[in-house]
Amino acid sequence: MAESLEQLYQQVILDHSRQRHGAGDLEPCDGESFQVNPTCGDEVTLKVRLSSDAEGVRIASLGWEGQGCSISQASLSVLHDLVDGRPVEEVEELDALFRELMHGRGQPLGDEKLERLDDASAFVGVAKYPARIKCALLGWMALRDALVQARS
Amino acid sequence: MTSAEQAAATAGSARPLDAAELAALRADFPLLGRTVRDEKPLVYLDAAATSQKPQAVLDAERAFSSRHNAAVHRGAHQLAEEATEAYEQARAAVAGFVGVDVDELVWTKNATEALNLVTHAYLNATLGRGGAAAAEFALSAGDEIVVTEAEHHANLVPWQELCARTGARLRWIGVSDDGRLDPETFDVIGERTRVVALTHASNVTGAISPVADVVAAARAVGAHVVLDACQSAAHLPLDLHSLEVDFAAFSGHKMLGPTGVGALYGRRELLEAMPPFLTGGSMVETVTMESTTFAAPPQRFEAGTQMVAQTVGLHAAVDYLSQVGMDRLAAHEERLTRRLLDGVAGVPGVRVLGPTEPQERLAVVAFAVDGVHPHDVGQVLDDSGLAVRVGHHCAQPVHRRLGVHASARASAGIHTTEAEVDAFIEGLHRVNSFFGVAGGEHG
Ligand SMILES: Cc1ncc(COP(=O)(O)O)c(C=O)c1O
Repeated sequence: MAESLEQLYQQVILDHSRQRHGAGDLEPCDGESFQVNPTCGDEVTLKVRLSSDAEGVRIASLGWEGQGCSISQASLSVLHDLVDGRPVEEVEELDALFRELMHGRGQPLGDEKLERLDDASAFVGVAKYPARIKCALLGWMALRDALVQARS
Repeated sequence: MTSAEQAAATAGSARPLDAAELAALRADFPLLGRTVRDEKPLVYLDAAATSQKPQAVLDAERAFSSRHNAAVHRGAHQLAEEATEAYEQARAAVAGFVGVDVDELVWTKNATEALNLVTHAYLNATLGRGGAAAAEFALSAGDEIVVTEAEHHANLVPWQELCARTGARLRWIGVSDDGRLDPETFDVIGERTRVVALTHASNVTGAISPVADVVAAARAVGAHVVLDACQSAAHLPLDLHSLEVDFAAFSGHKMLGPTGVGALYGRRELLEAMPPFLTGGSMVETVTMESTTFAAPPQRFEAGTQMVAQTVGLHAAVDYLSQVGMDRLAAHEERLTRRLLDGVAGVPGVRVLGPTEPQERLAVVAFAVDGVHPHDVGQVLDDSGLAVRVGHHCAQPVHRRLGVHASARASAGIHTTEAEVDAFIEGLHRVNSFFGVAGGEHG
């Protein structure tokens, strides 16, 4: 099997694309976003609920429903695990890091950043395929949009 | 005979290209010699999206730009004369290639623009432009426009827009489970129908439409017929006069020609009666500060400085196709279609969208793989150097009708070999094993 394909579809991605965490959990929410990838018609509806405590605002729960390729579905699943329960401020930093990873054309991001991205760092191979970057970003775009709504 | 049967009959009588002819022909396409994704030979199976160009087309464009470049139909210098002659010769060649008269062929940027040119004739006539001569194009509330569920968005959205602006009602011919136009639904063509717009061959299912039947139904109620010939022009012998359609649109880049040039065929009397779409320079007779009179067709529909080098390239492309012979090309592709369909049928979990009889379709084969998204299918194929298209191919309704969101699509061209089809089938097996579905193993 060609290396580049293995790099793109890392086992973490294949696993998440089959076991989609957070898929289908669409409870009542504070913010919701519907995003489409116009080139392939893939779509996602993502909902977030927020909670506040002394430390600030955090994501109390996140759910989504969608259909798309393994990259977009795995990215949503990983996103769910990464941000569920986290302070919104940190989520925004992770969002920026993930976008940096995607637009880096496969350039190393540095161990510290990769560690923060956890399973999401497995998407590094996607950056080499410009047509797939949108797939990986679909869920993150939905999250950003839902957060704007939840906080307005 | 239906046009599908006619096409099949023509193709059936011609000899397909033999191995030596095909090898010689492939050498004419410089791009086919390149490698992709770590030195893998390119297998280009995306001809339905855009075709690759033979050297003759590249040379013609270059020769024009290096020797004769000038704006056409203006200027008295020698270059302007030469450029105008090249431009008009190209028109004659392309008109001849599709079986129409030279003054019935309007240059456009692509098929999309050609179809918008037609819908805007109806819109502008409805707004009173073109006067009494254009009355035939004016729509009123209650008039109906019929399209099909198989259309590319280019032959659907402009008609939706026209209906939204005029109050006409959009109706459509349905698609059957195997991706053909459903004859049971032809009765949507009725007394109120003013236009029937349909594709000659679907860019998703590959199905060849029964044009003669639709034309007969439209004639019976006095409706115009607009044919989207994008997919047929490069793959079937095309004789638009004998098909008796009123308008037809096609794009140069799908028939071995350059991007940036396409054409609209319009029946002479209709073009003469139509108000223009784009307006400005080159399409006028007399301009005063108050008003303008328009040139005769085809210039009336060619506003602004034109894409001359591209028309010259398209001229070379149709010469190339004619030299090979469209009947022989169709026979070659029918053989490829058969091999594609037989091959795909042997891959577990793969479903073809469209007819399974090679005579009724082009070598455009869209398919769904159980449990694997089209994007992922395309990615694995790409890794083996196989270029296919993935997505909805600008035809969402027909995908919805066939119960899928999107598909992957392999489409053969003049230069496709049987070995390439086999490589593609091999690639589909690899897709299954990579994603560990349909009994395959990941790894
Ligand atoms: C059937 C059909 N109609 C119309 C079009 C539009 O052609 P273009 O994009 O060149 O205008 C295409 C190609 O994409 C097509 O396949």
